[in-house]
Amino acid sequence: MNWVWIGSNLGLIGGRILEHLALTAPPIVIGLVLSIPLGYWASRSKAARSVLLSLGGILYTIPSIALLVLVPVLLGLAILDPLNLIFALSVYAVAIMVRSAADAFVSVSADVRASATATGFSAWQRFFGVELPLAGPVLLAGIRVVSVSTVSIASVGAITGIEQLGSFFTDAFQRSFLTEAIVGIVSILLIAALYDVILTRIAALLLPWTRKQPAVTASPKVYTEPLGGSL
Amino acid sequence: MLFRDALAWIFDLAHYSGRVDIPTHLLDHLRVSGLCILIAVVIAVPIGVAIGHTGKGRGAAILISNVARAVPTLGLLSILILAIGVDLRPIIIVLVILAIPPMLAGTYAGIESVDKQTIDAARAVGMSEWQIIIRVELPLAAPLIIGGLRAMALQVIATLGIASSFAFGGLGIYVINGLNQGDYVQLLAGAILITALALIVDGVLAVVQRFVVPRGVALGRTDPNDHQKRARAPRPRVLQEGMQS
Repeated sequence: MNWVWIGSNLGLIGGRILEHLALTAPPIVIGLVLSIPLGYWASRSKAARSVLLSLGGILYTIPSIALLVLVPVLLGLAILDPLNLIFALSVYAVAIMVRSAADAFVSVSADVRASATATGFSAWQRFFGVELPLAGPVLLAGIRVVSVSTVSIASVGAITGIEQLGSFFTDAFQRSFLTEAIVGIVSILLIAALYDVILTRIAALLLPWTRKQPAVTASPKVYTEPLGGSL
Repeated sequence: MLFRDALAWIFDLAHYSGRVDIPTHLLDHLRVSGLCILIAVVIAVPIGVAIGHTGKGRGAAILISNVARAVPTLGLLSILILAIGVDLRPIIIVLVILAIPPMLAGTYAGIESVDKQTIDAARAVGMSEWQIIIRVELPLAAPLIIGGLRAMALQVIATLGIASSFAFGGLGIYVINGLNQGDYVQLLAGAILITALALIVDGVLAVVQRFVVPRGVALGRTDPNDHQKRARAPRPRVLQEGMQS
């Protein structure tokens, strides 16, 4: 480790950390927001479920280096435009998250929904007051997986020249300079941990009744899904 | 249109030999992927079976899967290439490291998902632990194990595409050359080739996954949307308690 290099390049490191945050936060939020209605739809209709989950599976199968090149062609953006990375990461986020969201809404007991309807809840009230909160823990487990993989896949953007922490990896290779690669990996792991803390804190505020229970961890089922895009 | 040019590039016979040589790069991609998948299966499946069968080490397996997801592939590749040298060894090591967690997770989740009453029944008719593993747990777990294999194969194929930016041939090389030369047709053609390979391998494994479901199990399979219905009609409690050993 070359500490002198780190000391004299704090500005560069800080800048790339900020770039990385700016590029990864929107896809995580987009993934959550879009997957809630789609997942709800998939939990209510068999046809929607099979179409949405297959589509998600196919999108997630596209290797990241290919998607990063396909997106600008499809959207008509310049290849260096950071929006390409945000869009590609959002595609992956939604693709993984739809399945979690569908599972989350399926996990809400039909009896509870029936009771809410019987007590006079309208469909909207029932959704926001009963189903969404009860789906919360499973949604949280899903978005934690999405957030970790988003932070790590984002680094692939360095190959097409979108500057963020991954640029340390390509630089390190070109200059045979190990320190840079280690700085990149450590920063990425720290950002993943930071997002995880933020998500669990927000969830603890929004879902106070889950606080006393052991933390919800992602179900092993999640790992058996195609992970081609996770690179 | 760029897409039509890219498809024309892919089907241009001049690109099947000489400098571009799609078949050689495709074979390189498949050979290295296949080798890594084989190594990862040999390592991960026995460990996954052991975890699933004994129930020990599950926490460690989940932890490994979570950490593996957080580690950026590109970073691991660059570090190992700098440490070991610019050849196939660091690439194979990284691919195997990344391939193990999904394979492990698929295997132990599969073995774990086997109904405990079925295992008790197998034990009751006199099967040894090895017989239970080979004749009961593995066949019933096969679809989830193949699911792990699918996840792993995609991961390996995609990572190998990235490895092209670090002196590996393979299909990713067209994306890298396209970027370096500002040749958008080649760039897009490379992206299409890698995507097609991933989709085809995934499709083939999806068919295998259907195929390995034991006959009796396929009949009893219910739709995931039926969870609620089943949850609402629990088995008679006395019977359930009586069944537990």
